[in-house]
Amino acid sequence: MERVMMKGNEALAEGAIRAGCRYFFGYPITPQNEIPEYMARRLPEVGGVFLQAESEVSAINMVYGAGGAGGRVLTSSSSPGISLKQEGISYIAGAQVPCVIVNVARGGPGLGGLNPSQSDYFQATKGGGHGDYRLLVYAPGNAQEMVDLIGLAFDKAEEYRNPVMILSDAIMGQMMEPVALPAMRTETTEKPWATTGKQGRSKPNIINSLGLVGEDLERINIELQAKYARLAAAEVRYETDGTGEADLIVVAYGTSSRVVRSAINRLRQEGKKVGLFRPITLWPFPKEALASLAAEGKRFLVVEMSAGQLVEDVILAVNDRAKVSFFGKLNGTVPTVREVYDRILSSLPEGGEG
Amino acid sequence: MKKVFAYPRALTKKRTHYCPGCTHGIIHRLVAEAIDDLGIQERTIGIAPVGCAVLAYEYFDVDFQEAAHGRAPAVATGIKRVHPESIVFSYQGDGDLASIGMAEIIHAATRGEKITVIFVNNTVYGMTGGQMAPTTLPGQKTTTSPYGRDTATVGYPIRVCELLSTLDGPSYLARVSVHDPAHIKKAGQAIRQAFAMQVAGKGFSLVEVLSSCPTNWGMTPTQALTQVKEKLIPYYPLGVFRMTEEVAGDDA
Repeated sequence: MERVMMKGNEALAEGAIRAGCRYFFGYPITPQNEIPEYMARRLPEVGGVFLQAESEVSAINMVYGAGGAGGRVLTSSSSPGISLKQEGISYIAGAQVPCVIVNVARGGPGLGGLNPSQSDYFQATKGGGHGDYRLLVYAPGNAQEMVDLIGLAFDKAEEYRNPVMILSDAIMGQMMEPVALPAMRTETTEKPWATTGKQGRSKPNIINSLGLVGEDLERINIELQAKYARLAAAEVRYETDGTGEADLIVVAYGTSSRVVRSAINRLRQEGKKVGLFRPITLWPFPKEALASLAAEGKRFLVVEMSAGQLVEDVILAVNDRAKVSFFGKLNGTVPTVREVYDRILSSLPEGGEG
Repeated sequence: MKKVFAYPRALTKKRTHYCPGCTHGIIHRLVAEAIDDLGIQERTIGIAPVGCAVLAYEYFDVDFQEAAHGRAPAVATGIKRVHPESIVFSYQGDGDLASIGMAEIIHAATRGEKITVIFVNNTVYGMTGGQMAPTTLPGQKTTTSPYGRDTATVGYPIRVCELLSTLDGPSYLARVSVHDPAHIKKAGQAIRQAFAMQVAGKGFSLVEVLSSCPTNWGMTPTQALTQVKEKLIPYYPLGVFRMTEEVAGDDA
């Protein structure tokens, strides 16, 4: 396996190519520009199509067309651009079209800033567009996971015929790390439902999210919910580090989890019993794993770069069986190891927080 | 005996939901005849709009994707880029194409995207109940211009063919009408030409079809057709606005 130093955004782009992605539609926005720029160079080399759309709105609708036609298709953007894509994402979810959407998140609300942020957690996991739908949401924690999860994302998108989101951020996207790149694969799943032209089929394939008759729409929604239940049962991913013996478990994903890991390592050297619980799928959320840890009498501290979004899912998961504390850094700033170290100390049973 | 008239193969037998006197049925038939004539049914993919033709996928016997309001040219672009050998067309109304979807249509046109657009201009939002459209005529009454379109406050109608004809991307742009048999025949030829351009691998092609809406105009079907002839055509002149190179498209 090839090992190279790459920026997170470029690792993700190359990972997509090696997973058989051959179509990219996007619109420039910082801090994700390395992805479209990489794809613009790389896709023509492998016989693929890169197209810069006139807007994020158009880009996501090109994705809907290309995914519906059976292509392995990717789009990427950053927070304000992802907001613009929400209408299209809702249609894609409703019409059950596979595709992968990357959000290299920055601070908001509004135009916000260019610094890393985790304040798009609600938008990613609770359905940023209209209607009852779900995305499978992966949160990579290093450049290697950018590569691994983008490959998995395409497979799962096609397996479930559902849009999959990679929720990254400005640090994850810009930071360089060594990555092992997998071999190129081009095989994709059979798509007998795709719009290819009838080509001898007796019935046309129709990709659609319309259900004008109430009962029809109810049936569509029941079918979607059954799919989300299958997805939730089979696709939960998380990493634990020392949670078994810990008195306090810190819950964090992406960039925050890296800061937390450094703080925890320091605390362990000082004999403190602290563990890390890192959700890799933000939806489906690893609520059962957290619930069993809560049943063992653990305490929790949630660290995220937002005013408190992930923490709501942790509170729901532990359901009053454990104490949950929160440390959030607001948009544009990243918690320092020292800050997290201090916050963990005060959250420990002996830390005086009670 | 030679059969001279038959039901188009590219249309399903489903009864349409269109109002009595609406010309969508005629335009559907002309599109289906062009598809039959060019022998492209098995490789054609349509995009349905949001608007009266939202259920077009039930009436054409070809693969279809239903798009969000105004986004059909972007969806068509995605499909065409995956299947360059297929024939991709969108079917859009005036609110869909000339208001909410203006960015998508202009950029698909200027890219020379190898798709065909059937643009049905009846100067009103039909499906939502007769609101003012970007193509509503000056003085025309609609539910949201109850005193008549006042150009001093809401501006002027958009002439889509003229606007797109400033771009280099389109290979074929034409405006036709379906208010009488002679014009229906010409409209059919234009629609066939637009598809033939795509079959020949030329750029973007669009046919604007002036259409009537008796229900929302508050007219009988015949009065509405007279309105097209006497009011719409003077404001929206018929003709070919771009023809890069005539192609016969005889691969049938």
